[in-house]
Amino acid sequence: MNAAVLQAVQETAVQKIRVRALNFHYGRFLALKNIHLEIEERKVTAIIGPSGCGKSTLLRTFNRIYALYPGQVAEGEILIDGENILAPAQDLNRLRAKVGMVFQKPTPFPMSIHDNIAFGVNLYERLPAREMEERVEWALRKAALWDEVKDKLKQSGTSLSGGQQQRLCIARGLAVRPEVLLLDEPASALDPISTARIEELVHELKSEYTIVIVTHNMQQAARVSDYTAYMYLGELVEFGVTDELFIKPKRKETEDYITGRFG
Amino acid sequence: MGNEHLSKQFDADLETLRSAVLQMGGLVESQIRGAIEAFSSGNQDLIDQVISSELRVNGFEVNIDNECSHIIVKRQPAASDLRLIMAISKTVTDLERIGDEAEKIARMSKQIHEHGRIQVQSFGNIRHAADIALSMLWQALDAFARLDTVAAAGIIREDLAIDSEFRSILRQLITFMMEDPRTISTALEIVWVAKAVERIGDHAKNIAEYVIYIVKGTDVRHTTFEHIEREALGEGIGQA
Repeated sequence: MNAAVLQAVQETAVQKIRVRALNFHYGRFLALKNIHLEIEERKVTAIIGPSGCGKSTLLRTFNRIYALYPGQVAEGEILIDGENILAPAQDLNRLRAKVGMVFQKPTPFPMSIHDNIAFGVNLYERLPAREMEERVEWALRKAALWDEVKDKLKQSGTSLSGGQQQRLCIARGLAVRPEVLLLDEPASALDPISTARIEELVHELKSEYTIVIVTHNMQQAARVSDYTAYMYLGELVEFGVTDELFIKPKRKETEDYITGRFG
Repeated sequence: MGNEHLSKQFDADLETLRSAVLQMGGLVESQIRGAIEAFSSGNQDLIDQVISSELRVNGFEVNIDNECSHIIVKRQPAASDLRLIMAISKTVTDLERIGDEAEKIARMSKQIHEHGRIQVQSFGNIRHAADIALSMLWQALDAFARLDTVAAAGIIREDLAIDSEFRSILRQLITFMMEDPRTISTALEIVWVAKAVERIGDHAKNIAEYVIYIVKGTDVRHTTFEHIEREALGEGIGQA
């Protein structure tokens, strides 16, 4: 797809997240510099770039998880469905229910598989026991984990393998029915088969969710995403259709990075 | 292209691959030269030589393609590296087919000289077309070696000249055949030679198109010459 086609597609597509003139500070360090980015609804957008380029920082602004830490400040606008989530009046609980996040290392809670899922749901809504059972099953099915755990829902979440734990975390995120799913290196600690399962899951989930994935693995970005953003030193260097960016990048900096000429 | 990879071994592998393509190209060039010489002279040794080098050309094709697969498996190349590997794999197919055409010319030359009814020396324009084809191939390999898109566009223009040369040879041979039906079988063999020369030009043009693909990332196959020229002379990657 060439630039003109991309522009036309982007104009007609629904943009779930619009980032405008975003700066981000860790204390006095400016980690994101004037980022402008549009993230399309029900597509997978990958963010790639070398360590320290700001890709995880950018992801962490989408649900304001950074707000847990003092000294971390975002300026500019991030519109999700037209609403500026950086506004002080933003209800963070509501935001985090809408924008789920999965981290690099699986983080199951030290409780049963069932309770891992129910815990998140209980934070946002009170469900009768029957409905909760249904919700747990639904989330585990969505995360392609149900068949492997349906007979041991009472067992501890930490007893699962790394790949299963990661899918449990995805199920936990899905259980609160978010609209956006943020994945921060979701497969970097997993073996190739578990990685393939996660990638397959991303592919299945994108028909219902808007997914943003940060990854160090360029082949993974090429495999799972529709759009790719390349970041370097806190700046968005290039953003485009994934195939186009990996076959014919527009910027030399992108070319150097994806071909391994980065020094 | 440009600066080096973090992996020196990757650079070395690509360099080996590039020089193998140029070596193969050199071998194919000398095959055409021999075939054309054999067409003029009917020299039997030369004919045998052209036919026997076919095996070496085939060997190059298989080895280079094999090496391309190795690099894809080991490096998962992207962007210009990916385009280079794709283009090399296609280039060697074209080079191998040029080798086939040279072999065809050599075999036809043998028959033409055995029949000997038409003075082949009078077909100066086949030689002329063959010279253009040979120079196109040489330039295409040179453009590949230097990743020169301007030269590549020039080669694509030259292919138009060969095509028109082929049509004029065809008209001339048809005149011969109408005047004297005894010349028909030899004239048809000469048509095959002319066609082979014309095909060599087409393959050289393909190689030139791959050079534009490597450098600009645009697939210019089956497009107009004006489009190709625009791409070849236009801004490249990293200049946007």
